[in-house]
Amino acid sequence: MIYKEKGKTLFVGLFFLALALYPLVGGEYSITLVNKIMIYAILALSLELLVGSTGLVCFGQAAFFGIGAYAAILLSPEDGPASVWFLLPACVVLAATYALFVGALSLRTKGVYFIMVTLAFAQMAYYVVHDTSLGGGSDGIYMYFTPGEETWLDLSNPVILYFFTLLFLVWTFVFLAILLRSHLGRALAGIRINEQRMLASGFSTYPYKLAAFVTSGGIAGMAGFLFAVQDGFVNPEMLSWHLSGALLVMIILGGLGHLHGAMIGAFVFVFLQEFFKSAEIFGDFAEHWHLGLGLTIIISVALLPKGLVGLPELVQKRLFGTQAG
Amino acid sequence: MDLSVFLIQLLNSLQYGLLLYLVAMGLTLIFGIMGVINLAHGSFYMIGAYMAYALAPLVGGNFFLTLLVGLVLAVILGYLLEWAFFSFLYDREHLQQVLMTYGLILVFEEVRSLLVGDDVYGVSVPDILSGSIALGDVMTYPVYRLFVSAVCLLLALGMYLVFTRTRLGMMIRAGSVNREMVQSLGIDIKFLYRVVFAAGVAIAAFAGMISAPVSSIYPGMGNQVLIICFVVVVIGGIGSIRGAFFAALLIGLVDTFGKVLLPEASGVLVYVLMALILLWKPNGLFKAG
Amino acid sequence: MNQHETLLSGQHITQRWGGLTALDDVSLEIERGTVHAVIGTNGAGKSTLINILSGELKPTEGQVTLLGNDVTRWSQPRRARGGLGRSYQRNTIYPDFTVSENCRLAAQAQIQRPWVWWNNAQQCQISTTNASNAILQAGLDDVSNSIAGPLSHGQKRQLEVAMCLSTHPQVLLLDEPLAGMGAEETERMLALLEQLKQDHAILLVEHDMDAVFRIADRITVMVNGKVIATDTPANIRSNPDVQTAYLGEH
Repeated sequence: MIYKEKGKTLFVGLFFLALALYPLVGGEYSITLVNKIMIYAILALSLELLVGSTGLVCFGQAAFFGIGAYAAILLSPEDGPASVWFLLPACVVLAATYALFVGALSLRTKGVYFIMVTLAFAQMAYYVVHDTSLGGGSDGIYMYFTPGEETWLDLSNPVILYFFTLLFLVWTFVFLAILLRSHLGRALAGIRINEQRMLASGFSTYPYKLAAFVTSGGIAGMAGFLFAVQDGFVNPEMLSWHLSGALLVMIILGGLGHLHGAMIGAFVFVFLQEFFKSAEIFGDFAEHWHLGLGLTIIISVALLPKGLVGLPELVQKRLFGTQAG
Repeated sequence: MDLSVFLIQLLNSLQYGLLLYLVAMGLTLIFGIMGVINLAHGSFYMIGAYMAYALAPLVGGNFFLTLLVGLVLAVILGYLLEWAFFSFLYDREHLQQVLMTYGLILVFEEVRSLLVGDDVYGVSVPDILSGSIALGDVMTYPVYRLFVSAVCLLLALGMYLVFTRTRLGMMIRAGSVNREMVQSLGIDIKFLYRVVFAAGVAIAAFAGMISAPVSSIYPGMGNQVLIICFVVVVIGGIGSIRGAFFAALLIGLVDTFGKVLLPEASGVLVYVLMALILLWKPNGLFKAG
Repeated sequence: MNQHETLLSGQHITQRWGGLTALDDVSLEIERGTVHAVIGTNGAGKSTLINILSGELKPTEGQVTLLGNDVTRWSQPRRARGGLGRSYQRNTIYPDFTVSENCRLAAQAQIQRPWVWWNNAQQCQISTTNASNAILQAGLDDVSNSIAGPLSHGQKRQLEVAMCLSTHPQVLLLDEPLAGMGAEETERMLALLEQLKQDHAILLVEHDMDAVFRIADRITVMVNGKVIATDTPANIRSNPDVQTAYLGEH
């Protein structure tokens, strides 16, 4: 249903193809940057499942991401590289477990209180890594050996890591596209539009929402693993609410309710961020890049309620005064 | 822990709890009446604290004059923000409000950085309140902290009287329970919104100003307070001003004594408290209506 | 099957909001093969009653029995799966879905499997069959593949009933199914109710008095949270209490 339209499928296909071909032309720096954006895109997709597909505005997604990243480092042995096949599932499971805890409690509340509670629980995770010696405190912690080093899947090689990340981006996208057509996905769509109706039809909605929450947390944990592997370093800022907010901006900038919107949003957001940070364009003022970003967020939410995905329709409406088909 | 240490911590937790209440109340009111979730509310606390620092040299270093000028500026800021920005948010979804006020936080923080810089500052206690009083044989307690508690308590009492005894208060209470009802009573909604918003901003900024001499002033201080205030609102109960009061005091106690008794876990304790209360009463301790 | 067995009943239901009593000791029984209408002015407690019967509200006192089970403590979804369907006064259809998908999703509630993420829901045999039966019954088969949003008001109300039917209920609680309908649409809905009452028990809350007196087998009149009479339409019409309290106002 969601991807019935051929145009969208074509767009997504070309998008992934472009990403697959990019290492042929890109230099090492830009491959690393695009790799980072793909990780954010996975993270944005995980949040899209909650916000866009289920209507649950989670303001604590960074916690699951951070837990995945910290787990990747804390579970790695200090004397040699960890196995990817052990470490990745472990990170996903740990993040999903925290999501189960947070979801079980926060889904007892509704609306704006859900936003506050998810934010507060993310902050709780933030304080755990910030204030205790568990993960190096506020300084963060380094990874000694990259998982898979000296095997065929050597993730310390940026190109291998790039394709590894791309694989998981495609996997996440396809997984969510399948999920959204399933019994679970349709029920989530129903909950987003009118939960009261779902209850009246006989759906116990809580387990469905919890399933979405845990799935989303697990995917975010996977993104956290990839991030830790890429940077070889994590610090508490990965769990900060700034990131949770930025992720919400990504998916609404891209266009809620569309998986490809979440990916577009992640790319555009990071490009904007790099643009405002660029000292060549803004000189000394680049230090205050949050200002430009903040204003862009305000303006884009005000002017683009449907996000970039809705832009063609909006343009058509303005230019020709008609609704796009 | 002997009695005098206990007493000192009790006074500290009271002072912290009352400050939290002032900020959380504005947050609840703005949400209750206008339906706007304002992430930037913590920024007003931050702005207040920085005003206490930055305005002091301009008004000759008199702390009380600084307070007065800061308060007036905060009311003006609140009024202008409501007019220029928040009035567009009333009909938006929560998600869009969250994002726009998130953008606003980034803007406030950068403007602060441009004007005052990113350093950590301190504000000195006014001379007249700089003394200490004896507690027990060896311990003393700073007069200024008592002053903060007393002022907060007076303000809270004043707000309580406004809520319960005046027509404005009646409208506010009605509005925090049922927004449509207020609209149907034919009250000048735009005016009510502007007053409530400006008052919320002013109180948060005031809390920031008077707490400046007892805590350092640092970037990001507003956001820390904001998130704790969310916990206060969640624990206190949906739309309940009374609930916010007790929840704020409870958090003051848990946080202050947590820092003394369990320093490793102190940052997490209030969230654990929230988790337990959600498990027990998902609608908070004092659900309104 | 006993044609007139009681499928749903409320006994001594009282609902208080602080000092206000919204429902005061209300009892009623709804039998298979009948349309049981509840009438009363705005604020008489009709909506509160329907919400308590469907499980959206827990009554302060009293008991609700569904198909012989005490369901007072059952949640709304559990009651719905146990044979209770309700429609709402406002349209609660999913405007972006097709008519058949609206009904299919409702039918899916019978299969409570939140962990199933791999199948294609629209190829689910059980729910699609139940949905198409309900669509046929509600007379919407010619628009079953249309998007629900642009349908006419009358068709949306029919869809609302069809969504109820998709869950295989034995009892239907219909909250103003005729609201805002034209004459022709009303006729179609009444014919549908007439047909549905053969093997359902129907509780009807409705303001259109002509329709109520035409179709109802029993009528309960409520005033200020109390039941002042429950009887056949003919007896209700001639009941002096009802005339002074309610019908007299018209």
